[in-house]
Amino acid sequence: MIHYIFRRTLIAVPTLLVISFIIFAILDLAPNDPTGNLPMTVPPEVRAKIRSSLGLDEPMHIRFGLWLVQFFINEPLNLMHEGFGISIGDAENRTRVISWATRSPVVDLIIQRTPQTLWVVGLSYLFGILIAIPIGIVSAYRQYSWFDQVGTFVSMVGFSVPTFFTGIVAIIIFSVQLRWFPMIYDTTLVVDSWQNFVSQVKQMIMPVSVLSLYNASQLSRFMRASILDNLNLDYVRTARAKGRSERVVLLIHVLRNSLIPVVTLIALGIPTIFSGAIITEQIFRVNGLGQLLIIAIEGADIPLVQTLTFIFAVLIVFFNLIADVVYGILDPRIRYD
Amino acid sequence: MKYIISTLLTLALAVGIASPVQAKRGSDGQLNLLYWQAPSTMNPNLSGGTKELEASSVVLEPLGRYDENGNLLPWLAVEIPTVENGGVAKDLTSITWKIKKGIKWSDGSALTADDAVFTYEYCTNPDTGCTATNYYKDIQSVKALDSNTVKITFTVAKPFPYATFVGYNSPILQKAQFDGCQGAKAQECNEQNFYPIGTGPFKVVDFKPNDVIVFEANPNYRDASKPAFGKLVFKGGGDATSAARAVLETGEMDYAWNLQVEPEILSKMAQAGKGTVVSAFGTAVERLMVNFTNPDPALGEIRSEYIGGSNNRNAHPFLAEYNVRRALSLAIDRQILVDAGYGQAGKISCNVLPAPAIYASSANDECKTQNVAEANNLLDAAGWKRGSDGIREKDGIRLSILYQTSTNSVRQATQAFIKEMWKQIGVETELRNISASVFFGGDVGSPDTYQKFFADIEMYTNTFSGTDPETYMSNWTCKEMAQKRNKWGGNNMPRWCNPAYDALSAKMAKTAALKDRISLAKEMNDMLMQDYAMIPLIHRGGVSAHSNTISGVRMNEWDSELWNIADWTRK
Repeated sequence: MIHYIFRRTLIAVPTLLVISFIIFAILDLAPNDPTGNLPMTVPPEVRAKIRSSLGLDEPMHIRFGLWLVQFFINEPLNLMHEGFGISIGDAENRTRVISWATRSPVVDLIIQRTPQTLWVVGLSYLFGILIAIPIGIVSAYRQYSWFDQVGTFVSMVGFSVPTFFTGIVAIIIFSVQLRWFPMIYDTTLVVDSWQNFVSQVKQMIMPVSVLSLYNASQLSRFMRASILDNLNLDYVRTARAKGRSERVVLLIHVLRNSLIPVVTLIALGIPTIFSGAIITEQIFRVNGLGQLLIIAIEGADIPLVQTLTFIFAVLIVFFNLIADVVYGILDPRIRYD
Repeated sequence: MKYIISTLLTLALAVGIASPVQAKRGSDGQLNLLYWQAPSTMNPNLSGGTKELEASSVVLEPLGRYDENGNLLPWLAVEIPTVENGGVAKDLTSITWKIKKGIKWSDGSALTADDAVFTYEYCTNPDTGCTATNYYKDIQSVKALDSNTVKITFTVAKPFPYATFVGYNSPILQKAQFDGCQGAKAQECNEQNFYPIGTGPFKVVDFKPNDVIVFEANPNYRDASKPAFGKLVFKGGGDATSAARAVLETGEMDYAWNLQVEPEILSKMAQAGKGTVVSAFGTAVERLMVNFTNPDPALGEIRSEYIGGSNNRNAHPFLAEYNVRRALSLAIDRQILVDAGYGQAGKISCNVLPAPAIYASSANDECKTQNVAEANNLLDAAGWKRGSDGIREKDGIRLSILYQTSTNSVRQATQAFIKEMWKQIGVETELRNISASVFFGGDVGSPDTYQKFFADIEMYTNTFSGTDPETYMSNWTCKEMAQKRNKWGGNNMPRWCNPAYDALSAKMAKTAALKDRISLAKEMNDMLMQDYAMIPLIHRGGVSAHSNTISGVRMNEWDSELWNIADWTRK
């Protein structure tokens, strides 16, 4: 197993390098201009100067090389310097990956935004799982019962109605009509008292539930299908023949086997937590990574888009590995060595 | 006895309320602003975007600024320098500003003329990448004569010398803070760019890029009783419709900026009675640019290039014809476009220079009413005959137009209306929309920019900053034509070239008297309009909304909407 993980990690390095180059090339070829959103009163010669001050005059391979050095060498060194006080080389004059729009280090922006995304999107993922698994079990066990029918209907709705629609419906009902929750996420709120904790919970309810609905509907369908696959297998009949109670048959035998593909699926879905729910964050004005990405794309802030998408790529590669390893641990039939 | 006491109490209360209460700084608590585009920096010199200019305007201030009617007001200066008061040299080559005494930065140090000189040096350093350099154009030197006097000397005579240090585009930075941030270093000065020290009513306490800015009242602000708000939260992000909802329907926010929302939706929201929609007009005009050169892809290198020679050798096959251009303009019902897409934020315009009011010409009002019959007559007279499909033709050329603009729901609706209107006069239209960051981006490699203009007609809004139209009107001189040789860097998109117009433009650059400048500007506007080099559609205004509990908002299109935020109060 250790050998397998080691081998996979080694393969990941060239994969990621190729990915980073492809991202860079696509962004470079895209007809996008960081000065495109400036007011028309800014004359063309000023725009040209801005572009050259951002380093856009350099040829592509130089810019790519610079980004590689900044991201793989300077940024980790800087993290060590700021986080642990260990400095190697000239820590003060090291060039970092700088965002074009804010003129501040990209990694600082990402660090600033990660907590909100983890809280809102992470919680919704967790709630999604907690809701989906029991629903999936009951729906499968009582297939075609009214519970299954209702569950199927709700999950179809949750799966097929986009979050930008459910989000706005939630805002109109709960903010505009009932006035229960605020429609604007207050990102300056510091939880230091019970009162602020209550406001934090209140402002998180709508985005979290909209996303939970979406996540739960997807997962509950998988859970249901996986249990249905297992219920007809021989070992279930054997367990029943041995005189095990239905509870034990379902929750010990069937559930354990059915969870194998679902757990893998959950692991594979974790990177999407980091990439944030772009649209939901935008609707509720949660300052997470998804919103950061969309603003960067709109403003043609190439270093920020490049770095964010690359980090997502790293996470996807990493959690793919985790999913494979977990699969191996959960299912003794699978051995990698 | 009881009665007397209660009467006395009531009286005392009444007196307490009636007596003029001296407003105290910070007495009105917190003010919440909502800008659906979030500012990414607080240094206006490194962004130039309206959202950053607006945000920084509550902290950084210029020497003079415009009020809501476009009048210049002295701000940090004692008065607006003019030739009459001796502030502007008789030969128009220098201007001397006197800074008010006793103005302090929010850190307590004094504002001096050196700060202004520094701001000029900071922005004109080529490595800074300053976005405001066109406000420091044609300057030979900026000198501090004493601690309160700045003299700007120009390389040419400047009839309108009020670009530098005027308006929210060109505020004064603190020298002490930005001293180490000039040139290439400007990019790395995070702390300075996010937390600039200013003289304005507020100071930055917390800046989260692309999200939210928290301000507090500046303890050293020059008026001890202002601002009325102790805390200002400037939230960014989201979309215009929900921003309008947050002010007009839920009342969570006090002010929302730039509400480009369908007029129908906005007026419905306003009926909730929580807020008021306000609008103001500046100089922005949505217009159709007419291509005078041939954009045929088969031409390759000389596509949309002006070659000149007699009769413009690369002339457009049909738009070069006067009757066609005039017919296209006459066929448009501009009122429909206003009602459907703009509402309070738009007015019909027949001029490319509709404001300030003194410059507005009334010679082109023909366009105010749609006249399909006349348009058809013009085309018939010019020999354009309808074919079997109803589209006009002449000598094998069909009146078929490729009409491009940026992607934006209002623009696409306008395109669809105009397509229908032109169909009535036998003109076929193909619509195209291009993402704004590509269309308005200057990527020389992209064929889809508005500068390259590889289409017959294109639509966008243009405007100018300040109130003087000289530079704006010089956009349509021959040397401004966007061409391959200037890497499509010119401003004359129609490639319309008229020596008589160039002469007027040169004359205006030398004319000082306002009366003469007005007549020159009008004459130039009329020349452009009557030759249909551009077809103006809508005079566009800004639309914002404020809560009914806020008073003092004076919506301004000539400067920052927050220009007088120090005077805002809560009722």
